[in-house]
Amino acid sequence: MQKSTLFKAMGVAFATIAITACSSNDVEEGEAFTTATTQPVIVEEPTKAVEPVKLSAEELEAQANAKLRDTTTFYFDFDESSIKSADKASLTAHAKYLDANASAKVKLEGYADERGTPEYNLALGERRAVAVRRFLMANGADAGQISVVSYGEEKPAATGHNEASWAKNRRVEIKYQSM
Amino acid sequence: MVIRSFMVIFFLSLFSTAQAELVIEVTQGKQSAIPVAIVPFSWNGPETLPEDISGIVHNDLGSSGYFNALDRGLMISYPDNPDDVVFADWRNLRQDFVVIGQVTVAPEGGYAVEFHVMDVHNRIELLHHRVKGQENQLRDIAHYVSDYVFKRLTGIPGVFSTKLVYVTTNPQRTRFNLSFADADGAREQLIFRSEQPVLSPAWSPDGRYVAYVSFENGRSEIFFQELATGKRTKVVSFDGSNSAPAFSPDGKKLAFVHSTLGNPEIYVMDLASRSVTQLTKHYGIDTEPQWMNDNRHIMFTSSRAGGPQIYKLDSETGAVQRQTFEGRYNARPRLTDDNSKMVFVHGDGDRFHIAVQDLETRRVRVLTSNTALDESPSVAPNGSMIIYATTENDRNILAAVSVDGEAQFRLPSRFGDVREPAWSPIMN
Repeated sequence: MQKSTLFKAMGVAFATIAITACSSNDVEEGEAFTTATTQPVIVEEPTKAVEPVKLSAEELEAQANAKLRDTTTFYFDFDESSIKSADKASLTAHAKYLDANASAKVKLEGYADERGTPEYNLALGERRAVAVRRFLMANGADAGQISVVSYGEEKPAATGHNEASWAKNRRVEIKYQSM
Repeated sequence: MVIRSFMVIFFLSLFSTAQAELVIEVTQGKQSAIPVAIVPFSWNGPETLPEDISGIVHNDLGSSGYFNALDRGLMISYPDNPDDVVFADWRNLRQDFVVIGQVTVAPEGGYAVEFHVMDVHNRIELLHHRVKGQENQLRDIAHYVSDYVFKRLTGIPGVFSTKLVYVTTNPQRTRFNLSFADADGAREQLIFRSEQPVLSPAWSPDGRYVAYVSFENGRSEIFFQELATGKRTKVVSFDGSNSAPAFSPDGKKLAFVHSTLGNPEIYVMDLASRSVTQLTKHYGIDTEPQWMNDNRHIMFTSSRAGGPQIYKLDSETGAVQRQTFEGRYNARPRLTDDNSKMVFVHGDGDRFHIAVQDLETRRVRVLTSNTALDESPSVAPNGSMIIYATTENDRNILAAVSVDGEAQFRLPSRFGDVREPAWSPIMN
């Protein structure tokens, strides 16, 4: 049993060596090719003056809100489910969008980092998602537009076992549902 | 022969990469471990036996932490009946006991194993016993021998014939396999496979069913699966989240957690009528229920005092009593078979360990120190060992520790991550 495991490991190792050997050849050839030619050629072309488009105040606000809605993942502190004040502008923009688009629907996915127990973390992820739901509703979204699911620690965004990864995993993701 | 078996295993591994197979490695034995020699059992048949019975017994006893099993290469002779045992030889090898045996073809078909335990110091035969079975039961026979010897020499029922259920997954968390295997990791069998998380497996007290949580329908629901037939039943699927199933010891009730909008509460389902009663009502998180032997009280985790702590609930009166006070993170209670001790996850800063509390004295002892992200403890049905999930070199592995903290071993998976272990009851 020990021997066969070793052989098996060797088999995998050989396969890996074979693959890396091929790819490193490719890289070398590619490098040889490019080093000969790349000399940057600078061409200056006068750019035409663009007539600035005048935006109304509402359009400007809509544009700013759309930009704020680019953020769809919100992070939390350990064993906490309170929304950070820095995230409130973006969450407000999501709420306004939902308010203005009654047919839009979102799913809020809550997650936890791996520390602690899986079942407690399932509850924690749900609390985080519900905190976001409450905020969206307080700012104009309708309950019927929002569904909530918690995956706890089961689906980490980062797989490391350190604070840098944990910070990325304590999160709520807003997922707009296709209509 | 070696090459042939290697080929077979190699090709199998190509086609069934999902097979995780756990391998036990002892990291620390008990100081009081008993020296025992398990002599290769004799067999006079023409073909090699498909299983090395005495080898399995050697591994079982050696990996339990309670015994130091003598290396076969150090044995001077391989006696197979009590008259051939030279006690002086075994005494020189500093052995306390010698296990010998014979495997024969039973007259009525199948195999018979007759084994003896010899007491080296008193120069007597301590016990002998005969067990029969078919070819596909040779591993079961070996574990039976281990259980028998273990019980006789330690006074504690052996758990070598029990099973473990666990979840294996890949680092990307895109494949989840719920499997069960012998307590030594052998004979793994797939129960359920999903691309969505599977967690919280729990055995029914008769060992016939496993309850678990599956996200296959986009949210957490509780399923039962009969191991013999593979038949699945969706049992708890209320709106919102359903989790943490736990059978009552009499098998009549299922405690579980149901949550709508972030307020998990503990419920109980009467399994015959499927009627459901809410047991807790608190704005804090209430989860991870575990029944006590009286089929009435439930230990559970609650954040009602801020961070997670363990509480005891009377399912008839609703009365709740706090159990843990040391440290800011105590969760996921599990109980020894006699309910004298409670095992749980104890958090201390960034480190999470397995701890045990004596329920009478309330004294808490942290059992693990080499690992830092311990979770999901499950107690062996003889109350002697705890299996748990932890992290080692960026992989999730299973590890075990004796309830007294003296013996430790690891059960890493050959491939991927393994999590959420649950030790089966003793099955008859």
